[in-house]
Amino acid sequence: MRVTCTVNGERQQADDVREGESLLYVLRERMGLPGSKNACEQGECGSCTVYLDGAPVCACLVAAGQAQGRDVVTVEGLTEGEDLDPVQEAFVEAGAVQCGFCTPGLVVATHDLLRRRRRPDDTEVREALAGNLCRCTGYEKILDAVRLAADRAADRVAG
Amino acid sequence: MDFLQPTSWLDALAVKSERPEAMPIAGGTDVMVELNFDVRRPAALLDLTRVPELAEWAVYDGRVRLGAAVTYTQVIAELTDRLPGLAIASRTVGSPQIRNRGTVGGNLGAASPAGDSHPILLAVDAEVEAASVTGTRRIPVAEFFTGVKRHALRPDELIAAVWVPAATGPQQFCKIGTRNAMVIAVTAFAIALHPERRRVGTGFGSAAATPRPAPEAEEFLSQALAEEGLWESRAAPRDSVVRRFGELVADAASPIDDVRGTAGYRRHGLQVMARRAFTWAWNDYRKA
Repeated sequence: MRVTCTVNGERQQADDVREGESLLYVLRERMGLPGSKNACEQGECGSCTVYLDGAPVCACLVAAGQAQGRDVVTVEGLTEGEDLDPVQEAFVEAGAVQCGFCTPGLVVATHDLLRRRRRPDDTEVREALAGNLCRCTGYEKILDAVRLAADRAADRVAG
Repeated sequence: MDFLQPTSWLDALAVKSERPEAMPIAGGTDVMVELNFDVRRPAALLDLTRVPELAEWAVYDGRVRLGAAVTYTQVIAELTDRLPGLAIASRTVGSPQIRNRGTVGGNLGAASPAGDSHPILLAVDAEVEAASVTGTRRIPVAEFFTGVKRHALRPDELIAAVWVPAATGPQQFCKIGTRNAMVIAVTAFAIALHPERRRVGTGFGSAAATPRPAPEAEEFLSQALAEEGLWESRAAPRDSVVRRFGELVADAASPIDDVRGTAGYRRHGLQVMARRAFTWAWNDYRKA
């Protein structure tokens, strides 16, 4: 079947999509957007987190046909031209990236959190990122990155 | 495989009648896992995310009619006041990503003994509204689960909604797992106080082939509270009463040993959770 949706602001079309195929597979293998990672395929790890109509979801658990006509934003869509999103910058600067496999999902989940809560406390951060597994960092640097991104966003608003 | 995508409830029922083998899918948090791992290859998927009626809830005469595709995120954001127990249970589901997609109707359709929403739905005597082209019927949740991942729906029926009485007293839910997120319950317990009826409702999960209430425990505790006039005085019941309640809840279970825990651990866990959940709820009642 054919699936047409908006991905990162552009209309995208995929043909010969299998009916049981996931949105994640379509993004990675048919639309050339490998940012969202395929790890557990059961919603446990959060590495494939994307926005679907503005809500963060695991792309591996969305049937491709369910995305027909919907608006999808992947980690690739968070950058503005060549500029990284402030969340992405904070992850780089805080050393929150090791192997990098979990990073796209964590970046999207953090992006969503900071849209909803300008100054999340640590409990809120842990809760918001509870669906994203990282096996390298021990999470401390990731928490640092979220705090850094939140501080910078608050400074920008204040400044 | 066919991908069927009705855009209205009547169309969805017509499709299900023509293709009873079609697997309904809403949030996909259970169905897609089975497809990704090739555990199941249904002849057709019946996507219900285009049916606007299913994503709505409304209140009729003190009961919330929760559309089958209302997500856990919606329950938490919009129904914490009316359905506090279901909201507590919803907060323990998966992760934010899962709660944004997963639905109470889907939880019922999957009919897992570990479904997080089931214990509280039992404790408040919720009803499942099942519909087909031939009509609509309401099934008490206690009669809905017929076996491990089996339910009372006919092949041509879909879950339209679940009817949940708005809370008239405190409600609590507890769940044992290895961490706070992304956990399939080792065992779970829910309690609802119904002060207007002088009754206590219970439900537990992951400790029998289906989610179940604990009627003897309910009867014992309701009587003990009434006999001592505690609904009126709001005093704390004796420790022995609370302990006995926990034992009776555990007695209602018939758990198995599996990878998540032993039968003995589950019974013990149920006793402890029943005592704690009641104590939390009773303390809320005393303050109210």
